[in-house]
Amino acid sequence: MSSFDYLPGMQEIDSDSLPRVQALLREFSPETCTEENVRAALACSAPSIADFAALLSPAALPLLEEIAQAAQAQTRRWHGNSVGLYTPLYIANYCENHCSYCGFSCHQDITRTKLSMEDLRRRAEEIAATGLQEILLLTGESRSESSVDYIAQAIALLHNYFPAIGIEIYPLNCDEYATLQQAGADYVSVYQETYDPVLYDKVHVQGPKRCYPYRFYAQERALLGGMRGVSFGALLGLGDWRRDIFAAGLHAYFTQRKHPQAEIAFSLPRMRPHSRVSERELTQAMLALRLLMPQAGIAISTRERPALRDAAVRLAATKMSAGVRTSVSEQDDPQFTIADSRSVSEIHDMLKNNGLQPVYLDYV
Amino acid sequence: MDDIFELGGKAFASRFILGSGKFSLPLVQAVTEQGGAQMITLALRRANAGGQENILDFIPPDVTIIPNTSGARDAEEAVRIARLARALGCGDFVKVEIMRDTRYLLPENAETIHATEILATEGFAVLPYVYPDLAVARALKAAGAAAVMPLGAPIGSNKGLLTREFIEILVREIDLPILVDAGIGRPSHACEAMELGCAAVMCNTAVATAGDPAVMARAFKLAIEAGRAAYLARPGRVLEHGAEASSPLTGFLDE
Repeated sequence: MSSFDYLPGMQEIDSDSLPRVQALLREFSPETCTEENVRAALACSAPSIADFAALLSPAALPLLEEIAQAAQAQTRRWHGNSVGLYTPLYIANYCENHCSYCGFSCHQDITRTKLSMEDLRRRAEEIAATGLQEILLLTGESRSESSVDYIAQAIALLHNYFPAIGIEIYPLNCDEYATLQQAGADYVSVYQETYDPVLYDKVHVQGPKRCYPYRFYAQERALLGGMRGVSFGALLGLGDWRRDIFAAGLHAYFTQRKHPQAEIAFSLPRMRPHSRVSERELTQAMLALRLLMPQAGIAISTRERPALRDAAVRLAATKMSAGVRTSVSEQDDPQFTIADSRSVSEIHDMLKNNGLQPVYLDYV
Repeated sequence: MDDIFELGGKAFASRFILGSGKFSLPLVQAVTEQGGAQMITLALRRANAGGQENILDFIPPDVTIIPNTSGARDAEEAVRIARLARALGCGDFVKVEIMRDTRYLLPENAETIHATEILATEGFAVLPYVYPDLAVARALKAAGAAAVMPLGAPIGSNKGLLTREFIEILVREIDLPILVDAGIGRPSHACEAMELGCAAVMCNTAVATAGDPAVMARAFKLAIEAGRAAYLARPGRVLEHGAEASSPLTGFLDE
């Protein structure tokens, strides 16, 4: 099976975003951008796609301080000094995909588990006691073990504790997103991991995740299913990060043009602990996305050390997790190791000390 | 001379409406006091009533809260949020904001008219945020709006009164207070809006993102008062082409 073939049951929608992103990705040549191109991008009030390419290019690295100042001004203009707080909640880690880079991959020898509704209630109470009002519900990607019904039931229960619920689960069809939206979820995160079709095919060895276009159009299907917001991103370090961020930015850009009401967000997870992408490059990626889409939310992962996360919210990030656990229970294996284990109150104090406003709820 | 501003059945001495978004909450009190603001808008989606960092805990008690429907994508959602605000004890004012565009945050006029109709019937003092469009403003008046809030420029842009001509038309033609909202970036912009005859000015980003928000709030207060005084004093005509003799066309009658 080619990674461009849909499997039975996968819904195809009418959209041209994928060919548009792929065509622009083929023309993307960051190494040919010059300092002049970067300065022109900084001088304009609304960067074009070519400007975005320049901001991501190696030529932009020496101008990072100027880019940071421009990006920070946009962050303050659009988001003020607000930083949203949330925490991930892993409810299951079963997975049907074999992805060569992932800790939850189906061939990894880890304890597989999922929370019962009673376990989930206890976990929800623990999290709610920290004052958090928003959670990101995660499962591994297994339709058989973590069915849409199971996830809907979990969302309905969690909605009693948390007004704002995002989901990071396997991609669904429109009607399934609608089911989860009605259960109480409103935001959908799906990461393409890499936008390079050849690499995508190579690292997604087995399982439904092999289907590149079905994953790519998950955000649009989520919006068609009534979700309020969608998040985009790539796993930085898996492929060429400049190409992946360029594509993720355009993916979001075209999605928003088609669905102007969509709340757009980005996440920039780096492969850890050893990353091919430096902190300087991660910062460049974040700033370029901020300038391309000043209204977008940007989340900064607990994969990053505290000093970097604190700097990120001063510059461009508008969302951060706190009190994070990346396993289903305390005994299980984590999906990835976190570098920032600060509690909700520690993150709260850090934000205040930086003149930033912790926001627990941004939803009615 | 007393110059009282009546809105939604309440009387205000201040014509400065402060937006509360984008601030660090502890600043809200100082900014409100320095700006002399008696009305403050509040995004209900951020209120977190009963939870941590609840903005309602930071607003001085004598200030009138005007909840807004930020986050609403259509009339139905705006109505739901307005009712929720009332149930939370935020009073009968509501600023209707309906947007189906997250990139520019421009208002959806048709849905706004619809929501205004419903909410006005339910006894809300409705302040709809719209493009300055005469036909829309007339429809809002007919729907029972308490005022019209046209945008001066895109939200948060600090670009000033880019829609000046159209706001002037609303001031002339609509028998409701016209409150300029969005885009006001400098005290001089606020002063200009008041000179045109707007009843009040709302601003948020310009204050929240200033180096010293409290001092900027005071500057806005003074500018709004100056513009209002100038409007009441009825400014002299502006001459388009140089000087003008006192009666160049009819002087012959006295010869």
